[in-house]
This record gives sequence, C-alpha cells and structure tokens, in this order.
Amino acid sequence: MRRSSGRGLIALLVAGLTAAACTTPSEDGSATLTVFAAASLTEPFAALERRFEDTHPGVDVLLNLDGSPTLAQQIIEGAPVDVFASADEATMRQVVSAGAVEGRPATFATNTLTIAVAPGNPHRIRGLADLAEPGLTVVVCAPRVPCGAATERVQRAAGVELTPASEEQNVKAVLAKVEAGVADAGLVYKTDVTARRRVEAVPFPESRQAVNTYPIATLAGAPRPGLAREFTELVLGEVGSRELSEAGFGTP
Amino acid sequence: MPLVLWVPASLALALVVLPVVGLLVRTDYANLPELLTSPSASNALRLSLLTAGLSTVACVVLGVPLAVVLARYRGRAVRVLRAVVLLPLVLPPVVGGLALLYLLGRNGFLGYLLDVTAGVRVPLTTAAVVVAQTFVAMPFLVVSLEGALRGAGDRYERVAATLGAGPWTVFRRVTVPLLLPALGSGAVLSFARALGEFGATITFAGSLEGVTRTLPLEVYNQAQTDVDSAVALALLLVVVAVVVIVLARPRALEGVRA
Repeated sequence: MRRSSGRGLIALLVAGLTAAACTTPSEDGSATLTVFAAASLTEPFAALERRFEDTHPGVDVLLNLDGSPTLAQQIIEGAPVDVFASADEATMRQVVSAGAVEGRPATFATNTLTIAVAPGNPHRIRGLADLAEPGLTVVVCAPRVPCGAATERVQRAAGVELTPASEEQNVKAVLAKVEAGVADAGLVYKTDVTARRRVEAVPFPESRQAVNTYPIATLAGAPRPGLAREFTELVLGEVGSRELSEAGFGTP
Repeated sequence: MPLVLWVPASLALALVVLPVVGLLVRTDYANLPELLTSPSASNALRLSLLTAGLSTVACVVLGVPLAVVLARYRGRAVRVLRAVVLLPLVLPPVVGGLALLYLLGRNGFLGYLLDVTAGVRVPLTTAAVVVAQTFVAMPFLVVSLEGALRGAGDRYERVAATLGAGPWTVFRRVTVPLLLPALGSGAVLSFARALGEFGATITFAGSLEGVTRTLPLEVYNQAQTDVDSAVALALLLVVVAVVVIVLARPRALEGVRA
C-alpha cells in the first residue's frame, strides 16, 4: 500500500513534468501565448485577452502582470515569453539592447499620473503641493519603476519635494495602500483610478510634464511567433485602442 | 537504510544547494565590497538586524507563556488554539500582511482605536516591520518550546508543587530551566525567519529606506534595475542566514527533546 502510493506519486511527478515540457508544441491546435505586461495594463489587457481567446479557439493567453522592470529582467534572463508591453520606453530599451526583441517596438498608449485619495477627498487635496503638508501619509512608486520615474519628473516640474511613507514596487501596490486607508494619498496612473471605485482622482497640471509612453514588442525567442504578432496587432489596432481609451489611456 | 533513498535524498539536497550555487556563480565578486557597503545596503542590513532582534525578543516574551499554556492545558479549546497559533506557518506571508493591515490599518478596528485614542498609527513604520516579523516567526518558537515541554512531561513540576513551591516558583525554578535548550534553538529559528520575512512586511509596513526597507525588500527593490547589486545583497542574506543556522544547529537538533 505504501509502495503503490509512492509509485503513484512518482507517476504524478513524471506526468506533471511531461505536461510542463509539452505546453508549447501542440498537435490539436491548442497553444499557450505568454504575454508579459505592465501592472498598469491589468484591466484593458484582461479584456484583450478575452477577445483574443474568443477569436482564436484553443489558444490560451497567459497574462503576467507586474512592474515593467521585473518583467524585463525575467525576459532578459530567458523566460519563454511571446509579447512584452512595458509602461515606459526606458525599460523596453533594456530588452531591445539585450537582443530579446524581434523587429522594433511600437508605441500603443500613453498615461499620466494623478493623485489617488479616499472617496470624498477627506483631506481636501487640490494639487501636488498639498501632498507636501506634514502629517499627510503619502505613498509613491519607487524611482526604479516607471511610475516612480514619472513621479520624480512631476515633482521636479512642480518644484515640490514629497516625503513618502513608502516607495512601492508597482503602481497597483500604491493604489492598494490608498484603498486600505493606510495612506492618505498616492501617486498613481490616471487609468488606475478609473478602474477602481474605492478611490478618487485629484488631477494636477504638472502631470502633463511626465507622460509615459507604452511600447509593445514581439520577442525574438517567442515560442508562438505567429500568435505573438497577431496579439500585438490586436493591441495596436482599432479594438485595442478602443479598450485602452475606455480604460483611460491616451493615444500616442 | 535502503540505498535507494539516496536518489530522492540527493534530489532534495540539489534543490536546496543548486540555487545557492547559481547565486554564487552570478555574483560580481570584483565589485562586491562596493555593492555591499552602499548606503542603501548598509541601511537595509542595519534595519534588518534591528527589527529581527526586536521581533525575536517579542517572540520570547510572548511565545514562552503561550507554549507553556499550550503544553500544560488539555482540552478541545487548547487544540483549536494550537491550530490557530500555527496558522502563520502555513499562510502565505502576503495574506498575513493583509490581515495585519485590516486589523491595524486606519480602517481596521484596532488601528482605528489606536489612532483615535492615542494618535498611534502602526502601518508604514518600523514598528510595523517588527509586528509583521513577530507574526510569522512566533510559531517557530512556540512549536520548539511546546515539543520540549511535552517531551519532558510535568512530573518535576508536580513534585515541586507537592514540596510546597508556589506556581510562580515552579515556573521560574523548574519550567524555565527545562525550556532553556529549546528556547535557544527556537529563538535562533525565529530570528532567522524574521530576517527573511518579505511578504507580510511589504504589504503591511511598505518599503522606505532606513524605515521599513529591510534586506529582503532592498533585494527586491534593487532587482528592478540593478541585478548585480541585488545578487550581492542576496548573497549577504544567505551568509547571515547560514551563520545563524550554524550557530543554532547543535541545539536545534537536540533541543526539541532536551
């Protein structure tokens, strides 16, 4: 009895490993398309994933959403990825110079920062300068990630120096801290607030000084290059731009 | 011992050793001193040692009485209690961080109470790091101590009581000395766990240099753009962890039964 369960376990392990090794090649038309996208693209890319799967029966789009630099590192280290959509051009340039991109990246969206506050704006924040008030808990993105780089640019443009209580690794983490009521305000993308109801946006003029441009590219090592190009075309095409503008993104 | 055990045993060992080897291979040794002495790295190391030390103290102060209660009282309530105490061992740390956030955040009932009555806000502070680390590390201490107490039985305590010692004297003169070896290993394990804590910290305490950005968080932060420096810091973390474990090893092996 012991022995047979041990054998079962080994069989299971072997089956699991074989299945894992066989996900990309396919005989019955089923395939997995791996898309790495910036965390700020969560909502429109989820919609585009559904649309792509509807028009490509048997294709499963695997969406990995995180801070752009994290995703870029994983791609440079050789993760088998088909498409990469970054929240800024600097991060995409790293992937390009590592030789991991096929062809040239194309820009498909723009985004600007806004101030996220609790519904009703209890601290009556009207602009970036208000965030420098002592006693206010402000959370921003770390300078190393695209939303953090944009945060530094708007601070310079406004001549305001913030003393954040935390520097998060991606924009959704900033939003989560505001939603949880731990932070009084956070600097996030305009599109992040559009998607959530538990926070409110306070726009500020200096945000125009830091417009992030989003590039997308098919990767050189793409396991499904054909599907990868089709997905990229979907994002760049009419359907893609409709979903993106519905989510609050601008057009480049 | 059946020889065939060597196969899975080697695989198990490889699973632990090879990733560390990968780290060693990737390390940029030429720039290692420079990478490790950068202000952000030394700030993170200092904060890590401080908070892990404080949480170990908290684990001992709170965990010893808890272990005694769990080991010496019988009944269904205690059994349920034990399961609850072990929860942080199996919960994903991020879940632990969220749970702390919704207790001690300004929207949480305890957090609201603290804010209104004392003006104290825990999240995003160094105290939050200590709370998060204590939350995940305490079960390690309680488990080692409880095992030691159960192994030893309570006959010495009963004898001491029949000889006229009061409960406090029994605890001080009999129970605590019985616990000492296990306490040593449990405390070191808790320290090591606190040192490696990541998920609950980043969720509950945030990430700010010198305040909440401990070594694991700094590794994550550096990994965004500067992989060499992230690898160097990761190596430092491994070295500290190995030193801690080696120091605790003899007792950790025997402590549970001592």
